Amino acid sequence: MLRAIRHKNILPAFSAFRAFSSSAKEMTVREALNSALDEEMSADPKVFLMGEEVGEYQGAYKITKGLLDKYGPERVLDTPITEAGFTGIGVGAAYYGLRPVVEFMTFNFSMQAIDHIINSAAKSNYMSAGQISVPIVFRGPNGAAAGVGAQHSQCYAAWYASCPGLKVLSPYSSEDARGLLKAAIRDPDPVVFLENELLYGESFPVSAEVLDSSFCLPIGKAKIEREGKDVTITAFSKMVGYALKAAEILAKEGISAEVINLRSIRPLDRSTINASVRKTNRLVTVEEGFPQHGVGAEICTSVIEESFGYLDAPVERIAGADVPMPYAANLERMAVPQVEDIVRAAKRACYRSVPLAATA
Amino acid sequence: MSFSATNFAQPRPVPVGIRSNEKSLSSDPFRFRFRGSPSFLGSPHSLRFNPTPPLKLAIPHSRRSPAAAVTDVSNGKMVKSSANMLITKEEGLELYEDMILGRFFEDMCAQMYYRGKMFGFVHLYNGQEAVSTGFIKLLKKEDTVVSTYRDHVHALSKGVPARAVMSELFGKATGCCRGQGGSMHMFSKEHNLIGGFAFIGEGIPVATGAAFSSKYRREVLKEASADHVTLAFFGDGTCNNGQFYECLNMAALWKLPIIFVVENNLWAIGMSHLRATSDPEIWKKGPAFGMAGVHVDGMDVLKVREVAKEAIERARRGDGPTLVECETYRFRGHSLADPDELRDPAEKARYAARDPISALKKYMIENKLANEQELKSIEKKIDEVLDDAVEYSDESPLPPRSQLLENVFADPKGFGIGPDGKYRCEDPKFTQGTAHV
Repeated sequence: MLRAIRHKNILPAFSAFRAFSSSAKEMTVREALNSALDEEMSADPKVFLMGEEVGEYQGAYKITKGLLDKYGPERVLDTPITEAGFTGIGVGAAYYGLRPVVEFMTFNFSMQAIDHIINSAAKSNYMSAGQISVPIVFRGPNGAAAGVGAQHSQCYAAWYASCPGLKVLSPYSSEDARGLLKAAIRDPDPVVFLENELLYGESFPVSAEVLDSSFCLPIGKAKIEREGKDVTITAFSKMVGYALKAAEILAKEGISAEVINLRSIRPLDRSTINASVRKTNRLVTVEEGFPQHGVGAEICTSVIEESFGYLDAPVERIAGADVPMPYAANLERMAVPQVEDIVRAAKRACYRSVPLAATA
Repeated sequence: MSFSATNFAQPRPVPVGIRSNEKSLSSDPFRFRFRGSPSFLGSPHSLRFNPTPPLKLAIPHSRRSPAAAVTDVSNGKMVKSSANMLITKEEGLELYEDMILGRFFEDMCAQMYYRGKMFGFVHLYNGQEAVSTGFIKLLKKEDTVVSTYRDHVHALSKGVPARAVMSELFGKATGCCRGQGGSMHMFSKEHNLIGGFAFIGEGIPVATGAAFSSKYRREVLKEASADHVTLAFFGDGTCNNGQFYECLNMAALWKLPIIFVVENNLWAIGMSHLRATSDPEIWKKGPAFGMAGVHVDGMDVLKVREVAKEAIERARRGDGPTLVECETYRFRGHSLADPDELRDPAEKARYAARDPISALKKYMIENKLANEQELKSIEKKIDEVLDDAVEYSDESPLPPRSQLLENVFADPKGFGIGPDGKYRCEDPKFTQGTAHV
């Protein structure tokens, strides 16, 4: 059984395990991503990394720590500050069967390269009628950090998830990070992998199965983080943590919330979401990004289309404020959903509170 | 053999104080002569490009190689001995046939477009055949070509059958991309033609990546036979785009086996190159990044071929990239929808007189490499190939409805899980749908 495989076989470049207890180990998201990259690079020599500061600097957020020493400068490329250029180079290399993992220091910088992500990566398999597939991964931190201002805080999930030909993943826990990144690297299609800077340092328990080097999560399947029966709360990335905290608070008030960790924004696991709503009859979607045309809009519509008769209350969408991210700490807090917002929306969906005031 | 036909600028450190002189176009002995001062917002009429006939140019490096180029002959200088011909008879016929195929194909496209068989954006290559033929005929099958939206002739030169290209243009299921790409997106994995890109400059990083993959295969994956080179074709307008410079930098930095081929036809739709570019001499941008920059007469297939040979050999050896600027001209408008009103008819006439096909024909006949009969029979053969291509495309079926949702992903599980909990792609009726997945 997998439990018998201790992690002697796996040597992540960044190791911090307690080897003795047989209960779940803890692993930060950073370690999870690092170990996933390390194992995939070790397993397949066609995998290589490129991005700014991924090599000698050990990664702008230390995700690629130790990989330059282990694999050399030919497989861990420090690029000049030329997103359009090096993203296109990654795509061209992927046309020929190499498996680049392109890091954007943050996904805000991916806007300089978005032409290549969409037009030469996502659309190529279709335009060439299947002759040219693009097994590339674009990864990096997405969404708001802390006090970094408007140009460094946007969430790109909705933009990329609307494009056919792309797969868009967003992990929450270390297990998600490991499993989804490995799946992304092994996938023959372009994958946009949206991490979150504030989650990098967070620790999660991981089972031995997760630590195994062949561990992989399926793309397109959401995870029910917490079972419940009164209201369904969907979230991805950092918001999953907030939703779980909100669920704790709601539980004390007698509302049993089911929290779904989407994991995969495209393809969206409509089946799991709808099954959950058919059980609970109420929906609250949570995301950090801008509200208009967001991920929540798509989820709400999907539920209305497929499970309308099951809804007992209007669907609730929680998103970031419809403003560029302000700098001041108190304004920033107001511009991003907080646990109280989720609790309030869930109560509204359960008809337990006063109607909401006029929205912006 | 000393490389004498063109300007070959070696990379050199930036000299102090010399650049400003070079920038003064009126004192530049090399190419351009302007009437009046180049005004920033001036109309094309005040910035007329007036090239002198090639022979009179004061080019720093002498062009006087023992072998004669095509334009020497067309300007009346006959070459007596065939001992130092640039090409053999077979090569000459191959080049002629390829250029005729390109020209006749594009003319047929225009015909078909006006008959409604072809639609959308169609950009024709008439006049530029020497560049495509001159370069691509020197490549191996495994070498890569990346092009722009003006890609029909690059596809044909690389070996994609005329039938496949024509039916792709008709939007039929038998096209090289099953009708899913169209005029601007020609792909053929078999022939290593990887696009076909509509955005200018988009193909350059992709080409640089293909070159990167060749180097990676050789050095990291240790595949000794991986010495493929990549050609990136693009125009003068693209040379003002950021991605171009980003890739010149990285290609030189990492010594990638790529040749950047600029098809400088002086016009980006209706924008004259001279109105858009601070320093119009594109070849100079190579040495600025540490690579060789070459300028060549792109209406002369033999000169292009000579330059191409050197550049391809350099790349294959592992000595890095080259930037080649080919001075050429498109006889038709930017696309079939372009009324082409801004270009001076005198300019068009001047370049029409330098038609690369008639020049090669004259060269071959006067150097006794072929006779009129043989060349006519090639033209007849190509006529038949094209008639067959049109007939084939006409009779080919349109793509079936089920093709709409195919090929979006290499792994169709990317369409996700359906309401019944199973992957959508496992449902046999999946591709019967249309917009709503």
